[in-house]
Amino acid sequence: MADDRDRDGTEIAVAEFHKKIKEAFEVFDHESNNTVDVREVGTIIRSLGCCPSEGELHDLIAEVEEEEPTGYIRFEKFLPVMTEVLLERRYRPIPEDILLRAFEVLDPAKRGFLSKDELIKYMTEEGEPFSQEEMEEMLSAAIDPESNSVLYKDYITMMVIDEN
Amino acid sequence: MNSPNLEDMGCGTSSATKDKKSEKALKAALVIQNWYRGYRARLKTRQRYALTIFQSIEYADEQGQLQLSNFFSFMLENYTHVQEKEPGLVTRLFGSSIQDKDRQDYLELIEIPDSYCGPRLQFPLTFTDIDLLIEAFKQQQILHAYYVLEVLFETKKVLQQMPNFTHTNTSPSKEITICGDLHGKLDDLFLIFYKNGLPSVTNPYVFNGDFVDRGKNSMEILMILFVSFLVYPNDLHLNRGNHEDFMMNMRYGFTKEILHKYKLHGKKILQILEEVYTWLPIGTIIDNEVLVIHGGISESTDLNLLHRIERNKMRSVLMPPIPMDGDRAEKKNKLGTTTVAQGIRTSGSFSEQLTKQEWEQVIDILWSDPRGKRGCYPNTNRGGGCYFGPDITSKILNKYQLKILVRSHECKPEGYEICHDGKVITVFSASNYYEEGSNRGAYIRMSSGTTPRFFQYQITKATCLRPLYQRVNAIESSAIRMLKERMISRKTDLIRAFQLQDRNKSGKLSMGQWAFSMENVLGLNLPWRSLSSHLVTTDKDGNIDYMSGFQDVHIQKPVKEVQSTLIETVYRYRSDLQIIFNIIDSDHSGLISMEEFRSMWKLFKSHYSVHIDDSQFDELAERMDLNKDGSIDFNEFLKAFYVVHKFDQLTKSDTKLA
Repeated sequence: MADDRDRDGTEIAVAEFHKKIKEAFEVFDHESNNTVDVREVGTIIRSLGCCPSEGELHDLIAEVEEEEPTGYIRFEKFLPVMTEVLLERRYRPIPEDILLRAFEVLDPAKRGFLSKDELIKYMTEEGEPFSQEEMEEMLSAAIDPESNSVLYKDYITMMVIDEN
Repeated sequence: MNSPNLEDMGCGTSSATKDKKSEKALKAALVIQNWYRGYRARLKTRQRYALTIFQSIEYADEQGQLQLSNFFSFMLENYTHVQEKEPGLVTRLFGSSIQDKDRQDYLELIEIPDSYCGPRLQFPLTFTDIDLLIEAFKQQQILHAYYVLEVLFETKKVLQQMPNFTHTNTSPSKEITICGDLHGKLDDLFLIFYKNGLPSVTNPYVFNGDFVDRGKNSMEILMILFVSFLVYPNDLHLNRGNHEDFMMNMRYGFTKEILHKYKLHGKKILQILEEVYTWLPIGTIIDNEVLVIHGGISESTDLNLLHRIERNKMRSVLMPPIPMDGDRAEKKNKLGTTTVAQGIRTSGSFSEQLTKQEWEQVIDILWSDPRGKRGCYPNTNRGGGCYFGPDITSKILNKYQLKILVRSHECKPEGYEICHDGKVITVFSASNYYEEGSNRGAYIRMSSGTTPRFFQYQITKATCLRPLYQRVNAIESSAIRMLKERMISRKTDLIRAFQLQDRNKSGKLSMGQWAFSMENVLGLNLPWRSLSSHLVTTDKDGNIDYMSGFQDVHIQKPVKEVQSTLIETVYRYRSDLQIIFNIIDSDHSGLISMEEFRSMWKLFKSHYSVHIDDSQFDELAERMDLNKDGSIDFNEFLKAFYVVHKFDQLTKSDTKLA
């Protein structure tokens, strides 16, 4: 009996996931023909609450692409893959405290801030580097104009409030 | 034996620490980048959602136009019945009160006071007049009605000489610029002229319709475009858009702008403008290769027919041709009224209108949208024209040996969009169309044999762009506001739909049930699940408290004792009522008689199936005491129905009727 209930529960969950994924997909389906531009797939996946790294994103795209890439991703291929991702709760978002600690690692002297140049250096040279557009956008919100530095604790708090 | 290397000696520990340090830094950077990319993606999505909301509501409103059109048809069909009861009413609605008066009659009556310090145009117009107007409008001056009328008369005269489609050619040294919808956004026109140069013999332009409505400088844009056209009639090409239509102007703001800026002569301007619109060409054909039209095509688009029709008979999308078979004439005679139909149109009657087929051809050109799906389907979003697929584009372009279709009509985030394998280009020139930050504007430069080039821009009030999250917050709250107002205007129907699904009267529904009702009742295809957090409260089990959606918004009751359903109905249909009242009020005095007010309401009620007691409505009108000697000030009446957002009361910015 418990198994049946579980199965029902999963079925309902899957049905709801399907609808959620469809909604997110449709908003980017500009031509209303069940396809989206491959360059927007990352945005769609992230809008559903997942946080894959760039590398993980590339792997996901490879799974949903056509045999011969057309530049478009079809909904029929996207849906099952994305449903799995949601069911398995993959690519969970970063908790606030981990994010704070990451900033603190880059600020070993514990000044409470990163200089603009330091942030640029880390974000564009380390890890999975930012594009110029990404860097500029982050700076426009993160930089405290008076000190010309990133007061990371305040910044994180502001972003978290904005999301909620 | 291994010689010790430097790294292993003394320096060994520090390099290991260095490696460990840089590994930590690498991981930290990855965490931050990962988080930021997620955050940014969600911002972009919220921006997209806001745009989708604006667009859905806009198209739903356009559907409302069609419903209004059906109402007018309904009235016409019941004309004789109505005529008996309210003589003059329907004649006023559909009769043209324009006599082809000599312009001298009009102009002679107008005096320009000495105190007028606005721009003065010199006929015949030259390029100095274009500069003059632009400078004056930059300083927010208003062109005197006398000049407005002169320009309109002249424009009509010149347009009458032009064919339905303008044919023009380019060369490598003479590119042409194509601009899309401007919708009264003067700053965008200024920016285009600044970036791309003023129109001239060597710098030709095509303006692809929708110059007016929505923005607050439709008149100024029209004047600049018409004056430029009169100076360079062979190099400045104007196409008619679906908003170059006197009835659309009544709903979407241009009529109001005119009556506000020109209190004395506004009605004269409106009368002439109605005619000028009908003489605007349907489209432009460049180098026999590029078809430039406002909306799109359908599978039955017949360019040869469209070249031939008498385009000036197309008065409005809301005035479809009246069916006129023999039977109807018989019926009318039986009722004892003779040549009833003649009163409806200007002298003569049915020869003054297009055939049904011709009318539909024009509607398709002005209202259709391209889509990825093959085939041709009725455009259910807008209620007029159709959706056409890439196969239709190929078929029609091939049929007339054309290569590209350039159209406008739809707002695009980047100002332009290419689809149907490069065969269809959409260009939209009003940046920030829905809200500041909503979209860029664009224009195209092309000449035969070269690839078209696209230029984008975005007007911003501040000297530098606000950070992305602030811009997104702004358009998101604006969109959600609009959506909430929609919800409140359909509150009764929504609650009924919710309660039908809420069997055990718990006040709660599942996400799926709630989304289903919202979509059904409001008729808006939106991502309801993603939007739910902005609209309603959800409990820990994921169930929705459906009444919470109506909590912080309500419609102001102009009078306490009146029933909410009546308030809601008037609020919901206020745009339609506004149009109807404006038409009845043929002398634009702002007043109509109480009799007319009541009979209009009765007709409206029966056609829209509104179930409200007549006495309620009477009582409302009485109590609002807007009765001025048997007339009612209908603008005041409609203004009294507005939506209050609870949290605005702190900042005192209630959303009143526009």
